Amino acid sequence: MPELTGWAVVVALLAATVGVITASDKSRSRWGWLLLCLFVPPALIVLFFLPALKLYGPGEQPWRRWVFFRVPISAFVLVLLFPFYWMIITTVRPDKELYRPWQAPNYAPFWTAHPTLDHIRDLLTTTLFSTWMLNTMLISLAATAISLFCGLLAGYALSRLKFPFAGSIGTGIFITYLVPQTLLFIPLSDIIRNFKLGDSPWALILTYPTFLIPFCTWLLMGYFKSIPKELEECARIDGAPRWKAMLYIIFPVAIPGILSAGIFAFTLSWNEFIYALVFLASPDQKTVPVGVTSELVRGDVFYWGELMAGALLGSIPVAFVYSFFVEYYVSGITGSVKG
Amino acid sequence: MARVAMRSLNKKYDEVHAVIDVNLDIRDQEFVVLVGPSGCGKTTTLRMVAGLESITSGHISIDDKIVNELPPMDRDIAMVFQNYALYPHMTVYDNMAFGLKMRKFDRAEIGKRVQEAADILGIGQLLRRKPRQLSGGQRQRVALGRAIVRHPQVFLFDEPLSNLDAKLRVQMRVELKKLHERLGTTAIYVTHDQVEAMTLGDRVVVRKDGRVQQVGDPMELYNQPANRFVAGFIGSPAMNFVGVRLAAENGSLWAENPGMRIQVPAPLKERLGPYAGREATLGVRPEDLRIAGAGDPGELTFPAAVEVVERLGSEILLDVAVGETTMVASVEPTAPAKVHETLRLAVNPDRVHFFDNETEAAI
Amino acid sequence: MTTIEAVAPRQYVRGPRRGPITRLLEDERKLALCLMLPTIVLLGLFIAYPFVKGIELSVTNTSVGVPGKFVGIENFKKIWTDDIFHIAVWNTCLYTFVTTVFKLVLGLWLALLLNRHFKGKAFMRAFILLPFIIPTVLSTFAWKWMFDPTFSVLNWMLFHLGIIHSRINWLGDPGLAMISVIIVNVWRGVPFYAISLLAGLQTISPELHEAAAIDGARAWARFRHVTWPLLLPVTLVIVLFSVIQTFADFQLVYVLTGGGPANATQLFATYAYQLGIGTGLLSQGAAISLAIFPILLLVVIVQLVYIRRAETL
Repeated sequence: MPELTGWAVVVALLAATVGVITASDKSRSRWGWLLLCLFVPPALIVLFFLPALKLYGPGEQPWRRWVFFRVPISAFVLVLLFPFYWMIITTVRPDKELYRPWQAPNYAPFWTAHPTLDHIRDLLTTTLFSTWMLNTMLISLAATAISLFCGLLAGYALSRLKFPFAGSIGTGIFITYLVPQTLLFIPLSDIIRNFKLGDSPWALILTYPTFLIPFCTWLLMGYFKSIPKELEECARIDGAPRWKAMLYIIFPVAIPGILSAGIFAFTLSWNEFIYALVFLASPDQKTVPVGVTSELVRGDVFYWGELMAGALLGSIPVAFVYSFFVEYYVSGITGSVKG
Repeated sequence: MARVAMRSLNKKYDEVHAVIDVNLDIRDQEFVVLVGPSGCGKTTTLRMVAGLESITSGHISIDDKIVNELPPMDRDIAMVFQNYALYPHMTVYDNMAFGLKMRKFDRAEIGKRVQEAADILGIGQLLRRKPRQLSGGQRQRVALGRAIVRHPQVFLFDEPLSNLDAKLRVQMRVELKKLHERLGTTAIYVTHDQVEAMTLGDRVVVRKDGRVQQVGDPMELYNQPANRFVAGFIGSPAMNFVGVRLAAENGSLWAENPGMRIQVPAPLKERLGPYAGREATLGVRPEDLRIAGAGDPGELTFPAAVEVVERLGSEILLDVAVGETTMVASVEPTAPAKVHETLRLAVNPDRVHFFDNETEAAI
Repeated sequence: MTTIEAVAPRQYVRGPRRGPITRLLEDERKLALCLMLPTIVLLGLFIAYPFVKGIELSVTNTSVGVPGKFVGIENFKKIWTDDIFHIAVWNTCLYTFVTTVFKLVLGLWLALLLNRHFKGKAFMRAFILLPFIIPTVLSTFAWKWMFDPTFSVLNWMLFHLGIIHSRINWLGDPGLAMISVIIVNVWRGVPFYAISLLAGLQTISPELHEAAAIDGARAWARFRHVTWPLLLPVTLVIVLFSVIQTFADFQLVYVLTGGGPANATQLFATYAYQLGIGTGLLSQGAAISLAIFPILLLVVIVQLVYIRRAETL
């Protein structure tokens, strides 16, 4: 086996090199891409998976630990987090340093000797950034509240009650869960115009639930199913009508699930871009992602300092919510892909 | 306090006919146990009484009031579930008070009743705890407490002891019995464990495949099983069944097969008369077999080859080969039994049963 | 223990009178209807109706402010012969396929690394998810800045590592633009894959690995015969979700390249936006975004078949 593995690595690396060269060629050779996809992943598998797997057992040699665990995971963390570092460093870097070409001898990318808050000040005083933050917050909270309300009720009904068409409604909601926003934004923009909702927060507060409700319903259905049905049966025998058993017994027990769904829905609304881009026009109605994109880029001029400051500040609320509820967020992710 | 009656009760799911034509009258203050193997419809019946399952046909009445259409909340019953179904987000106190709150009792009355119930069950010091901080036995008590604070008309128990370990189960069984004697509330108890059924029930209903097989007090079921299923289900170790041929000879009736030949005792002779010359099943409980002594008449004994000897302390179980079949005999702990030995077993003539091979009914 | 009398004076407890609403909600079907109503209204109004509207738009020649006339499949015919649309189809498929392969492989690798016990694991797991939770548009701007031809920190790094000798115009070169877009998408998607797969890995009981090891299975065999089959269901679902999202991706490309240079990174969604919103040709835009629908349908069918199979197991 070892010889075979060695050959596989060599072939894959060769193919990958050829692939990279041809794929980046201006003629855009499709063969290059094909080679790249077919051979790079197997090469990665052979190079790293196999040794990584052996790490389960005890008695691991230190060099193996370095090569197959510490170095790769550090590389992952570095690559995954570097853009955020770059965001921060750009925000506090004075313009003079910022617009210095990378070939310049005094280009010092990873630190700055003269940190400044000018960009943040400019962002908050000369642009409508604080208005966008407020808009986004309002819209996200409202959309999340509506979606949680609907998702809770629908999730309960679909997981607990027997009624006609329950199966097809469940499937329908699952399908809408998969519908991407980009499928419907054009007809929706027409409808929003017809409903006279254009350019107001309501356009988003009412349309965000279209992708949040299916998600919340799906997540909460899974959560409700994990709650023993005897709990509410017992409540009903104890003298509670169905709706009270739902409200006083099932919903309180489902609080972790509700939190997961709520946090996830909040970050999804904060992230949303295309609806906000299409439905909103006035600068003072925009959300953070759209405002940053359209108002901080004038013509071909990018105000990178303000842009990065905006990206940084715009990320803080989600990062803040996330940092407090990491576990709920993670269970939201895993719940969202459960079949 | 209430009587519960079921009249031609049926429950059909899409494919399964879970409960078939059940008729049952439960007297006031009676403790009735529904017992049977899983899938016999006993839990479904209980859930229909609770109002958790719709009734396909027939009716259920509590105190002559037909309750088919009454939602569970208005039936004034209490149920203890197998997994206890304690509300995990509430304290023990709130768990027990929930039913009273739903019925809009005032605070003082709720406090008084919860305290009473807690005293009876000895869980007074646990009232401020959450269910997850309790042991299995304590949870069981809380579940019972939640049922008794309400002073309901009927208690329903759905295998409440099966999640406990063996020792606790015996202990709780005794406490349940005491509790019922003290409160006197009508109770319906579902279990698959025949020992629980025998020890707890004033009357026991044996079920199989949706049908009632026999209703009676525990000793009646033990002594006069209505059919082969009941005979085999009640009693441990289970009754031995041996296929025999009945032969009339010189005015007496003999049950015979290649391994044994036993004279049918006089009281049974008349009923077995029509079976002369036909096959039937002989049933005899292990405790009704003993090692034959000098005084035992030859027509009630047969040879048996000992295959396994299980010494349980209070008794010895002998797995023996009789002809082509195997039987279990329970003999006194001092009996001199050795593996591979052949000895003679005697049958207690008053306690043999015969079953029809086709209908499986007792003859 | 108190005596029997403590409980014996029993009152006959009657249920309180029920109001008409409680009576109504006690009926399983009516309760279900009430609970489903808000969801059905909202989804009907803003999913089903737009979908019908989209189909309606795509068979007319509506543009902004101009009510259209029925033109049949004219729009689809036009798209069919549109060179840019062809490029968009190829680009979208390529983009989806390449990113999915890389996200899966790298995600699985990261998940395997994270599945070990080490100090600060929870901390690291929390940080690793950042690319996924930070608004895409905002983090993509950071990448755009890093890709800037004149001020690129990436060029600086590659230059000082000795890999390149002249500047790379990441977003200006057609081939490189696609690679750049792919890199950012993979960067954003890997954490999601890793965390979902990690959750899948953690449901696999270590005893299975131990049993397999005792049975003499080596590391690769254990992965192949124990881990992978048990991980496959969750992997399939993750891939399906990710394929749909990537296929319909918009914001990343919109920010990085806007579909350029020369349509080299044009996707369905960006092209639909360009035509439908940019130039106001609503009907053609709607027709293009409807082209996403077949792939969605395919995925849904696969998903449903898969669920059915999983249920029969």
